[in-house]
Amino acid sequence: MIELTSLTKRYGEFVAVDSLSLSIAAGRITGLLGPNGAGKTTTLRMIAGILEPDSGQVCIGGLDMADEPLATRAMLGFVPDRPFVYEKLTGGELLRFTAGLHGISGSAVERRIDELLDLWDLVPWKDHLVESYSHGMRQKLILSSALVHAPRLLVIDEPMVGLDPKSARILKDLLREFADRGGTILVSTHTLELAEVLCDEIAIIDRGRIAVAGTIEDLRRASESHDAGLEQLFLRITRGETDHRIASLLDALA
Amino acid sequence: MSVASEYRLLLQPKWRAALRRASSVRSRVGRLLLVGALGAAAWPVVYLTLARFLAALRQVEDIGPLLASRLLALGLLLFFGLLLLSNVIGALSGFFLARDLPALRTTPVDGLSLYLARLTETLVSSSWMVLLILVPVLAAYARVFDAGVAFLPVSVGALVPFLVIPAVVGSALTLLLVRVFPARRSRDILLVAGLGAVAVLVLVLRVLRPERLVNPESYRNLVDFLESLRGPSSPWLPSQWTADVLVDGLEGSADPLTWVLLWSTAAGLTTLGASLHGWLYPACFTRAQEGDEQKARRSGTGLEQILSGLAVRRRELILKDVRTFFRDTTQWSQLIILAVLVVVYVYNMGALPLHAGTTVSRYLTTVVLFLNLALTGFVIAAIAGRFVFPAFSLEGRTLWLLRSSPVEAGEILRSKYWTGLVPLTSLALLLTVLTNLVLGVPPVLFFLSMVSIVLLTASFTAQALAWGIFFPVFESENAAQIPTSIGGLLYMLGALGSLGLVVLCQGWALRGYFVSGLPGRVPRSVAASEAVVALVITVGVTMIAAVGSLRAAEARIESRRSG
Repeated sequence: MIELTSLTKRYGEFVAVDSLSLSIAAGRITGLLGPNGAGKTTTLRMIAGILEPDSGQVCIGGLDMADEPLATRAMLGFVPDRPFVYEKLTGGELLRFTAGLHGISGSAVERRIDELLDLWDLVPWKDHLVESYSHGMRQKLILSSALVHAPRLLVIDEPMVGLDPKSARILKDLLREFADRGGTILVSTHTLELAEVLCDEIAIIDRGRIAVAGTIEDLRRASESHDAGLEQLFLRITRGETDHRIASLLDALA
Repeated sequence: MSVASEYRLLLQPKWRAALRRASSVRSRVGRLLLVGALGAAAWPVVYLTLARFLAALRQVEDIGPLLASRLLALGLLLFFGLLLLSNVIGALSGFFLARDLPALRTTPVDGLSLYLARLTETLVSSSWMVLLILVPVLAAYARVFDAGVAFLPVSVGALVPFLVIPAVVGSALTLLLVRVFPARRSRDILLVAGLGAVAVLVLVLRVLRPERLVNPESYRNLVDFLESLRGPSSPWLPSQWTADVLVDGLEGSADPLTWVLLWSTAAGLTTLGASLHGWLYPACFTRAQEGDEQKARRSGTGLEQILSGLAVRRRELILKDVRTFFRDTTQWSQLIILAVLVVVYVYNMGALPLHAGTTVSRYLTTVVLFLNLALTGFVIAAIAGRFVFPAFSLEGRTLWLLRSSPVEAGEILRSKYWTGLVPLTSLALLLTVLTNLVLGVPPVLFFLSMVSIVLLTASFTAQALAWGIFFPVFESENAAQIPTSIGGLLYMLGALGSLGLVVLCQGWALRGYFVSGLPGRVPRSVAASEAVVALVITVGVTMIAAVGSLRAAEARIESRRSG
């Protein structure tokens, strides 16, 4: 469903994504993990069509994003890492607007908006301005806006930000169901427990390159850690094991 | 840490950010050249035009220098009003809406340091444009009235308190308004501030009756007229003291009392402002953090029906822009000011003594009727700058939603263009029809001015949108502040440049008609060929500006994906 080939993105001298290649099959949930500044968000923003790569290719559903930008964007729903939306629209209006951007309107859209808001217990907030929403409510609204046009692919940057335990549970079930029905999900997260439970495959990105990709078993084999959990695997692969400077810092502070 | 060190520390992020922005501009050679060229063109134009006018004024015995000083006082009074309003808006952002405030409030920073730092920020962001305009103005005065080098320190010494006073008063007004208003509607204070400013402006314009200055016959005799010029127009206002100090400086003299008045007022008000801030700010800040009005009124239903024939994407984009505009008090409250300004404008046009007697020649009357197009154009250009220029910046952090959707850049651009163009054209036509009726414009000129203003509005809307896309201000918390950016200034220069070109070209095309109004000539109406030439030129200039701007803007939106 997603085919990234030698994707590269530079910000001035800094290479954020360095010749990254990755293939994601339809009906799978893939977790993109990596330390801060590894290039996760830049990669997701290129897949979502927000940024253009300096070189390389993004293919979605067999279409090259450079050649068919509108058709590829029509297939996806995107959730950014920070839930910024139009503060002066109501929740209902925002969802109607997003559906409108995808060229759909009418009673089917209204029904879908009500279903999505109902899922997150946001129906009483439908006619309230977004500026009065809490952080978690905004996240739920953006998740709804990514789903309102029935996409085939979901690209989500940090899905659990601000969600309460009940909503987090709903989201996990929703994403699983979406994938089981043939949808494709690429999710970036720092919550390794979530990735371990939810994702069919994991890709670990470090310094703009895919360090390793596959199922957790594949990752274990690659790092020769046969019974390690995802956290240990992640730290080993990204060379981020416990820093001894913590103790000396705390000593200094004391 | 001392107050001075804290003050410097608090300002550091802002000036560092400004320096970085400047250096990033430096790295873009094309942009720098554009900014430089437009800036370099604007200053000499203002300087030379004013210098020529002042030189002509100086030739008029007795009255000339007095009129020049009165003109300076009037200009400074206008700037003072603008600065006051601008500082009220700026203070709302700096003291209450800035994103760094919650974090700053958790630190043990002294209240006085915070006040002085935010006051400085408010002052700089609200005053730089006025200062930029004052430089060629004062240079022209200095040149024409042969002021020496000493006029430079005099100008600096007069302008510092002139800028500080509205900043302090504006910040204090904002503080008091936030205190008085229910916190949930704290942004509504702009509405009150706007209405207050309108009331002051109307009062000033009507009390001063500036049209009397160009119509000495309305005075009983020359002595009365001279007396009215000699006396200060508003002796209690700092703008008058500043004008007095500057006029003294031009003459090489100095009145210590005026200096003391100006500086002691600035210092005294700053002290009072700091005390007021220390007393009220903590409670006001808390109130301002409470949420806005929760439930939205169902709006746009009528518009939905009107737009129902449009494609879904365009309809939703336009509806979104209209809804967000009318729900943002910082945006629509200024419409009230606008409405009153239009009334004042039309009224003042009617007050011009054009058809009153024989003192004004037919030639001059015709020119004034023609220049009404320039004035209306200026008003529309300014309004487009205020409401259309920020359109792209206001997408800001929500731009991801548009970019990740299957919407072409051209579609976004067109929806924003039409959202701005339709109300602006309606306003432009209203203004033109009303003023033409009040002035009694002949039919051919009437028609020409109607077509011209529609074309000019189309061009201004495109230019405002394009400049706003090339120079977006994504980080602003307040829509009213966006047009005061460098991009806003460049837009105004570009728009006024194209307006000037159209007016000059039309003037050239209609020169035969104007000349026929001179004494001794046979008056005639505009010939069809003259009107056609004027129209062709107008279509050419405005359409090149509009299409060029929109094409460049579309390309810019597309290229931002690779940025």
